[in-house]
Amino acid sequence: MEDFASESDSDYTSYWRDWFISSRGNEYFCEIDEDYLTDRFNLTGLNTEVQYYQYALDLVTDVFDLDCDDEMRETIEKSARHLYGLVHARYIVTTRGLAKMLDKYKKADFGKCPRVMCHSHPLLPMGLSDIPNLKPVKLYCARCEDIYNPKSSRHAAIDGAYFGTSFHNIIFQVYPALIPAKSTERYVPRVYGFKVHAAAALVRWQSAKRDDMRRRLRKLDVDTGFRGDDGVEDDEEGDVEFEGVDGGRMIAGADGNIR
Amino acid sequence: MSSSSGVPESWISSFCSLIGHEYFAEVSEEFIEDDFNLTGLQTQVAMYKEALEVGMILDVEPEDDEEEEEEEEEDEDQSALGDALTARERRHHSRMASDLSVIESSAEMLYGLIHQRFICSRAGIQQMSEKYELGHFGACPRTNCEQARTLPVGLSDIPGEDTVKLFCPSCLDVYVPPNSRFQTVDGAFFGRTFGALFLLTFPDYDLTRRGSEVLSGTLSRISGNEPTLNGFFEKNIAPNLGTGHIYEPKIYGFRVSERARSGPRMQWLRERPSNIRDLDEARLYAEQNPDSEEDDESMNVNGRVVVRRRGPGSARLRQRQTQNGSPMALSANGAESEL
Ligand SMILES: [Zn+2]
Repeated sequence: MEDFASESDSDYTSYWRDWFISSRGNEYFCEIDEDYLTDRFNLTGLNTEVQYYQYALDLVTDVFDLDCDDEMRETIEKSARHLYGLVHARYIVTTRGLAKMLDKYKKADFGKCPRVMCHSHPLLPMGLSDIPNLKPVKLYCARCEDIYNPKSSRHAAIDGAYFGTSFHNIIFQVYPALIPAKSTERYVPRVYGFKVHAAAALVRWQSAKRDDMRRRLRKLDVDTGFRGDDGVEDDEEGDVEFEGVDGGRMIAGADGNIR
Repeated sequence: MSSSSGVPESWISSFCSLIGHEYFAEVSEEFIEDDFNLTGLQTQVAMYKEALEVGMILDVEPEDDEEEEEEEEEDEDQSALGDALTARERRHHSRMASDLSVIESSAEMLYGLIHQRFICSRAGIQQMSEKYELGHFGACPRTNCEQARTLPVGLSDIPGEDTVKLFCPSCLDVYVPPNSRFQTVDGAFFGRTFGALFLLTFPDYDLTRRGSEVLSGTLSRISGNEPTLNGFFEKNIAPNLGTGHIYEPKIYGFRVSERARSGPRMQWLRERPSNIRDLDEARLYAEQNPDSEEDDESMNVNGRVVVRRRGPGSARLRQRQTQNGSPMALSANGAESEL
């Protein structure tokens, strides 16, 4: 990748953006370059999306000098945050933006996957929509390829459109070496050591789907992504399974009363 | 530490009210007093007797110490006056502080191991169902589970191996509790059996209901003639998996192809057949092998254990469970060998 070590940022003092990204609750955002913000091309269409667009942009770029009352100031402040978020969604899919978010990903700034079998794999922020004010931000785990709700309510309130629906997928296209090895490791519910029949039947069905996919990909000579993918299945052991009682209510004996 | 009514708070209720102990049920004294329920724990917990009796879990007074008994009488008067805790405190002062901390941690270990058994008993699982209904165990962090309520579980029955996890009945997966205060709670205190046993014990909690619906008595339960499969109501088998509940990766609106190096590889984990009857293995097997003996279908033993046999020629047919050392495994294997 390119070398971004020599930044022009240090030449500026970006008061508003510094304040914004270091504010509590804004940990998911990276700092957008001055250069990017001042290139009008990058902001195409946002003037209709953001109230008091020019004042908001002035505030974000530290050239705001309007003398106004607190209420107006607060409105412009809100617009500036919205503008920053919308530009952020565009910025993080640029080469520089991706690199900044990659750094944060490596530090697990976005948290870690809550799924036990993902072993604390770092998450990436994502939106379920690119249109603002529709869906709050979610967190994507590249190991289980699923999405999770942020733990903190401050994060859960952030607009998902500030990250967009593509960034977390683009980053793995640009940095394929980052794609984590996939794992078949999973939880199987058990009672006194025995699998629960209904869950075990679903697990077997899912495993068959997975094996079909692996065969499909191998035929196409595409990397299946599973470490040590030799086609050997590993998740079958034991023939005895627990079953509930059809229709009726049952109390399974706590003493494991099986004969 | 004493409750507002002036009644001294028991060791158990003060343990359960500690921060991080929100998932614990209060084990009844009746359960603890039945020696049968404690079988085998003497050898697992240091200072077992002290932990159980002397001012700890059961708050039983020592019989061999006259002085303390007198103190206790005094204290009974005092507790009537609302000054409740002094009895235990004074007893504590009369011991070596180091001794006490050993006994206290033994008591916690012992309580946890009793708790693992208690929540699988009729009274215990009932108490846990009340906590479940009140949402004490939190919600699944998976977005597509839509805040499904979870259950605390252990991934091991042996203390010291892993911390408590949350099992989501809607996706059948396990998650790390969101708050770090649970990361010091031993998973063995909940154990491997409770989560699944809960679903078998309360099959009629409607797992598709959310929010205010679960608080309403009628909607929260499945009633009447819903179809069942493999021992569960069909609608309760991992309801938040399958079409509409699987994340589809997209770039600028276009689905990322499976053929791409970065394409989806894990969707199987969140899949569920669109026709749930596809999980009726016995029926499918019978259809594909019309000549097979009845013996090859699933058998229902004692109403709840199914002995599955694969088709003829399956090398795994006789494979034994090796992953657990529970005596139940032995008896079940024994049962199977008789078939
Ligand atoms: Zn994950």
